Amino acid sequence: MDKKRVKELSIIANKVRKNALTAVYSAASGHPGGSLSIADLLTLLYFEVMNVDPKNPKDENRDRFVLSKGHCAPALYGVLAEKGFFPVADIKGFRHIDSYLQGHPDMNKVPGVDMSTGSLGQGISVAGGMALAAKLDNKSYRVYSVLGDGELEEGQVWEQAMFAAHYKLDNLTAFVDNNGLQIDGDVSKVMNPNPIDEKFRAFGWHVIITDAHDFEKLLSAIEEAKATKGKPTVIIMKSVKGKNVSFMENNAGWHGSAPNKEQYEQAVSELDAKIAELEAMA
Amino acid sequence: MAKRATRESYGAALVKYGANENIVVLDADLSKSTKTDMFKAAYPDRFINMGIAESNMMCVAAGLAASGKIAFASTFAMFAAGRAFEQVRNSIGYTHLNVKIGATHAGISVGEDGASHQCLEDVALMRSIPGMVVINPADDIEAQLAVKAAIEHEGPVYMRFGRLAVEDVNSEDYQFELGKGVMLADGKDASIIATGLMVGEALKARELLKADGLDVRVINIHTIKPIDADIIEKAAKETGAIVTAEEHYIMGGLGSAVAEVVCATHPVPVKIIGTDRFGKSGKPAQLFEEYGLTAANIADKVKEAISLKR
Ligand SMILES: Cc1ncc(C[n+]2csc(CCOP(=O)(O)OP(=O)(O)O)c2C)c(N)n1
Ligand SMILES: [Mg+2]
Repeated sequence: MDKKRVKELSIIANKVRKNALTAVYSAASGHPGGSLSIADLLTLLYFEVMNVDPKNPKDENRDRFVLSKGHCAPALYGVLAEKGFFPVADIKGFRHIDSYLQGHPDMNKVPGVDMSTGSLGQGISVAGGMALAAKLDNKSYRVYSVLGDGELEEGQVWEQAMFAAHYKLDNLTAFVDNNGLQIDGDVSKVMNPNPIDEKFRAFGWHVIITDAHDFEKLLSAIEEAKATKGKPTVIIMKSVKGKNVSFMENNAGWHGSAPNKEQYEQAVSELDAKIAELEAMA
Repeated sequence: MAKRATRESYGAALVKYGANENIVVLDADLSKSTKTDMFKAAYPDRFINMGIAESNMMCVAAGLAASGKIAFASTFAMFAAGRAFEQVRNSIGYTHLNVKIGATHAGISVGEDGASHQCLEDVALMRSIPGMVVINPADDIEAQLAVKAAIEHEGPVYMRFGRLAVEDVNSEDYQFELGKGVMLADGKDASIIATGLMVGEALKARELLKADGLDVRVINIHTIKPIDADIIEKAAKETGAIVTAEEHYIMGGLGSAVAEVVCATHPVPVKIIGTDRFGKSGKPAQLFEEYGLTAANIADKVKEAISLKR
């Protein structure tokens, strides 16, 4: 990936972050922290990696995306809007009674959403089912899914880990948003899921550890996953919860609370400054 | 009369109607008991063993259905509706995906395995999910046609099958219509509305009541959801007293579904026959006796219901 593309994606990712914050601020509820930590990944997937068409969101040959950590819908809606699945202006309706943008992703209401999620542990299983369907049909689409690191505490995740390896679902790529935090604090203190890499390896997965906020490294990890045959790949992304909003970074308190007006404006101005800085770059 | 367990009908019907390439059958290490091993033998490429992981199975079925498959997820009723309730609710029900749940070993007729395996709450649980179709067939013929109807229906279906061999109550030319109750015998003094293996008992109860000079209607409700409100309202109007019979808790099952219709349309006395406590080990016939799932108890309750008529 050339520098120019990295810059473009960085700008889009910060717009996605702004959309996510606008959603949560408008709703006065929602999950900003984990949305900001996956904004770079979702931008990369939807703008560089996945074969998707906003004009034909149900194309049966499209790549699939399942947001297993469904509470981070603000980031998903943010990227889908930037990609043109629906108007960016609709983001303000997030969680409102008259909007289709439900608090958690809804496949029947929101264009571009491939699976309804929100109950942790289920999305990754559904992604496995989609990957199996592709195998049964000899189709070449790939399935991507993002798990939270706290979500790994759900037993069902490991049922699926066993399943995907058993059926050699090499068309499935899972990401762990390893931001180290869940609602009640540090994942290692609440219920330690570490070592995450060794667990997945023991279950028979190909494991890659990388930086959630470096497009080039992320892309090469995804390419490595594509080239890996006979087993599913998990990409453990070291991330910063609340990334790019100074007062939200690495703060569990911003897992599921909305900014007030002043905080929202400060967050937007920080992101606008980042965008301006990127745009000024050669 | 032919005798067969409806779980066997399930396996047989999957083979009979399974040529459709879109059908995929999942099982959680119980294929010998749920009889999906019959499908596995016929279509090995479309049979997926999930191992003992029912929660994952339900969601994988959802993923298959979201990708154009008709996914049959099979295990015991206890684990399908119980263990995996929330997966069914959120990943199959809320999404309205084309998943068919083949739940075998429902009710106390499981027998010797005892309470841990005798699911008596599945109808209540599944009925509470918007858009979920709930079918409890009475015999082999009906069970096989239920599978066919489930394949033809677009959306989630919960099918409840039994372990115990049951006699046929329907004839070979029986026409199955999803959502439609069947009047097996007419009568004017009261109606017995039954489901599953209680349909046979209801017919026997009708004979017992004849000896007392009573003329009782018998209705088979195979589709508990959506329920045939018309046939129930008509029974209430024309016979003035109703007894329901099912191999399920009194709370939330067929009886509740019937009472909901009767209360809202034409209130008459409704007596609900079902279980009121956990099951236990024993032979099915002994358990039916102990829990009151017998023709004799139905006949008694019919008389009580008639005595409450105004
Ligand atoms: C089954 C289930 N249990 C509990 C919750 C409530 N919940 C929502 S987010 C969350 C913490 C998730 O932490 P993590 O997976 O680390 O997410 P991230 O840090 O990426 O936001 C919890 C417990 C849920 N949505 N689903
Ligand atoms: Mg986390």
